[in-house]
Amino acid sequence: MRRIRQLAWLLLGVVALSSLGAGLWAPADYAMQFREAPNSPPSHEHLLGTDDLGRDRFSRVLYGTRISLLMAPLAALLSTLLATLVGGVAGYLGGWCERAAMGATDLFLSMPWLFLLLAVRAMLPLNVAPTTSVAVTFLLLGVLGWAASARVLCAGVRGLRNSEFVLQARASGLHGWRLLAVHVLPNLKPVLLAQFWIAIPVFIITEANLGILGLGVSEPLPSWGSLLREMESFASFGFEAWKLVPLVLLVLVVSSFQIVLSRDEVAA
Amino acid sequence: MRKLLRHLAAMLAIILVGGLLSATLVRLAPGFDVDEEQLDSRLSGESVAALRQARARDRNIARFYLHYLGRALRGDLGESRTLNRPVRELLAQRLPVTARVAGLGLLAGWFCAVVVALVATMARRVTLDLVATLLAAVFLSLPAAVLALLFVFANAPACMVIALVVFPKVFSYARNLLAKSYDSPHLITAYAKGVGPLRILLWHVLPVTGSQLLAVAGISVSIALGAAVPVESLCGIAGIGQLAWQAALGRDLPLLVNLTVLVTVITLATNWGSEIAGQRLRMGAA
Repeated sequence: MRRIRQLAWLLLGVVALSSLGAGLWAPADYAMQFREAPNSPPSHEHLLGTDDLGRDRFSRVLYGTRISLLMAPLAALLSTLLATLVGGVAGYLGGWCERAAMGATDLFLSMPWLFLLLAVRAMLPLNVAPTTSVAVTFLLLGVLGWAASARVLCAGVRGLRNSEFVLQARASGLHGWRLLAVHVLPNLKPVLLAQFWIAIPVFIITEANLGILGLGVSEPLPSWGSLLREMESFASFGFEAWKLVPLVLLVLVVSSFQIVLSRDEVAA
Repeated sequence: MRKLLRHLAAMLAIILVGGLLSATLVRLAPGFDVDEEQLDSRLSGESVAALRQARARDRNIARFYLHYLGRALRGDLGESRTLNRPVRELLAQRLPVTARVAGLGLLAGWFCAVVVALVATMARRVTLDLVATLLAAVFLSLPAAVLALLFVFANAPACMVIALVVFPKVFSYARNLLAKSYDSPHLITAYAKGVGPLRILLWHVLPVTGSQLLAVAGISVSIALGAAVPVESLCGIAGIGQLAWQAALGRDLPLLVNLTVLVTVITLATNWGSEIAGQRLRMGAA
């Protein structure tokens, strides 16, 4: 299992580095069209061929991976911060504050994730600039994905609230935010890390679902969701193995995150 | 009885709060009090003013919510702005379709997950367990929309996509529960005394793990309804999942709000139903 975990880390590192350096080794810009060669098979010029608009698929995969792999952890960070705020304060204060916060969390958790996302996404304009669509999509994921983590963190803070070292710190005159920030939250670091890692693959998969449904990152910016949308044309343009590269990459990366987080979960 | 009343009160509170939040979302959405019809150059000034007047009553959030709630109590859930049909009619038409697709998917997913988990645990073969776990991990890493596209391409039944979405979650839970159950001291003693595997399964394993497995039933309904959105949209099935997608694309918030509240109520009802059934099963086993 240790070897598999090392392999997962290696794969994540290679994919992250290659996507971060997309500007260096991508043969073309993600939006550049080779109009004389739409839907072309892999060649020296286009390693993974071109899509139906004549754009280099390899370059789009590199840039798309960069967007998904950079933005999903940022959204996970936002949701973990929100969960820390809600769960941490609720667990620390206890009483009616905890009951109210956990009631709101329960309400959030009982709403099916994709329906809630669609409802909030529809509230915002759909016809926006591509960069805005990236920000909106991942911001929504971050803002709406805090509930499950907040519940876990609230339980963690509640457990620490009456521990001996916290009582001692309180007796020494430490109160409020300082006590929470200096003594309680640092002891929840493994839980926070686990929640952060758990959120990343969930957000990657959700973005892919939204992208395929046309509600994620808008064209011409690529993301895994918009790249996978090409699968819709399999029935008309035919199925070729190289078109599945974004899917294989997605499965490998999400599986690697799951393998890596299984250790963090154990640690938490 | 008291517990049931508490559950009902909680459900009512959630519907009210959820409805209030959703209605507020609708009210605060950009372009709420603007209608495309107002841009029609053929309309006279009076007609445009009448359209504005019709929207004006909903400008105050409290009045808007009371109006929404009053209509909802009378069974009037409003009208879809994109489909120009009453929401209630759309729900009545589409819900049975989703119930059939999601129901079949849930049944198939649960059946496969429990059978594979049982075989993997009872056979005690590392390879078999590894293959099943790997399979579940792959399905867990695949977005439901990708599975739906692959199934459209292969001309396979759409309900199987929901089965494949539900399978990995139920399988991993069932496998862990069964492994724990088969390693418990009283089962090892039963094996040592020569009790047959079928008797052990039916008398000692299923009554204990069954009640715990039921806890996932509610969650799996929520997963199936969530997966229904990409599955129905991409496979062309006219259920509430497709309706939600169409409403999102058309920014039809009144329809989306009602759909979200409806699906939340279904999820809550299933969660509590499975909780009560699990308690009964535990009491029966004891």
